[in-house]
Amino acid sequence: MMERAEPRALLPSPSQTVGPFFDFCLTPDAKHGTLFPGSPSRVRIAIRVTDGAAQAVTDAVVEIWHACDVPGGDSAFGRLGTGEDGTCEFDTVRPCDPPAGSAAHINICLFARGLLRHLFTRLYFPDDPRIAEDRMLARVPHDRRATLLAQPDPTSAARWVFEIRLQGPEETVFFDV
Amino acid sequence: MSEARRIPDGSQPPLLYPPYGSTRLRAPLQPLVILPERLSDLAAPVYGWWSPDDADNDLTRRGAEEAQGQRIIVAGRLLDEDARPIAGALIELWQANAAGRYHHSKDNHPAPLDPNFTGAGRTITDADGRYEFTTIRPGAYPWRNHENAWRPAHIHFSVFGRNFLNRLVTQMYFPGDPMFPYDPIFQSIPDARARERLVSRYDLSLTRPEWALGYAFDIVVRGHNATPFETPR
Repeated sequence: MMERAEPRALLPSPSQTVGPFFDFCLTPDAKHGTLFPGSPSRVRIAIRVTDGAAQAVTDAVVEIWHACDVPGGDSAFGRLGTGEDGTCEFDTVRPCDPPAGSAAHINICLFARGLLRHLFTRLYFPDDPRIAEDRMLARVPHDRRATLLAQPDPTSAARWVFEIRLQGPEETVFFDV
Repeated sequence: MSEARRIPDGSQPPLLYPPYGSTRLRAPLQPLVILPERLSDLAAPVYGWWSPDDADNDLTRRGAEEAQGQRIIVAGRLLDEDARPIAGALIELWQANAAGRYHHSKDNHPAPLDPNFTGAGRTITDADGRYEFTTIRPGAYPWRNHENAWRPAHIHFSVFGRNFLNRLVTQMYFPGDPMFPYDPIFQSIPDARARERLVSRYDLSLTRPEWALGYAFDIVVRGHNATPFETPR
């Protein structure tokens, strides 16, 4: 008898929380917060995570990924853990070259104690003229879109602050991909 | 809006699971915004910072002496939902030591630290999706989720293929652990068959005579463009 050509579908492995004690494995090195290290025109992206009581989430893993530093170039990936103030700060460049129907953005993947599954969100820049064309933002209820905008730091040029609020009236939009 | 779900019902835990207390203030309460894969660049390749040169899959030989505890081999394959192997994926692993204590400044469990055991490893899957670690069987440890709460012995796994769609962080358990019924993290997974997917299997063929017990643990993640519940495009 011939074997079936089609492989059998498997049940995916369930997600489990990253827990509180990961740093000695996942985030041992601050160098993983620097993307495109050879590129000029640096920007800093501070990501701050807070919970439903507006308290800092001090044990989150934040992974970011965004498109190129030069048109046609590769994308880059970074990973940091949040500190006692719930913040981690990446050193990167503004993403370039967004495809049609998209504004420049940074993908964010979040893990933490208390998150049984990781969360996806996206950071956009409010000064980007293509925001109105972004098809992903268009799927977000209008009154929640502002949660996906980084804010310029008034005290520091080329530094942006992005708040990830896990709950509350300004809960950040998360995506099911 | 299409409610196409690419994950079988019950195979993944909910975000809010009140018996696991830390979800109460951290689980988003608004519905997730469903995003068709074609609108996302999460399926595009990610060029990570890791390389096979960073691989270090023997956790028992990091110190001046060998780590304390029961030596084990944990090995398996990384597959997609169609049972195709995923090669070149980064697998990171971390765990408590044999006494149930993590190498972490905030772990206050009064169990001994082992100066020869950090409990972190990493490797890259081979062409058949295979990986293997040599480590120590971790101990169970107490936590403060509820009265007299103990986590079943487990090893944390992080899996990163070439894109974000098959990103997974999970935990591997040991067969027959008597703490399963009391552990809200394990029990947060609704489907019993899915929970079993996280329980390793004692494997005599992985066991090395007079050296180490072998446990098999396969990991299944979403594949590239494996979206059987979405209409073709």
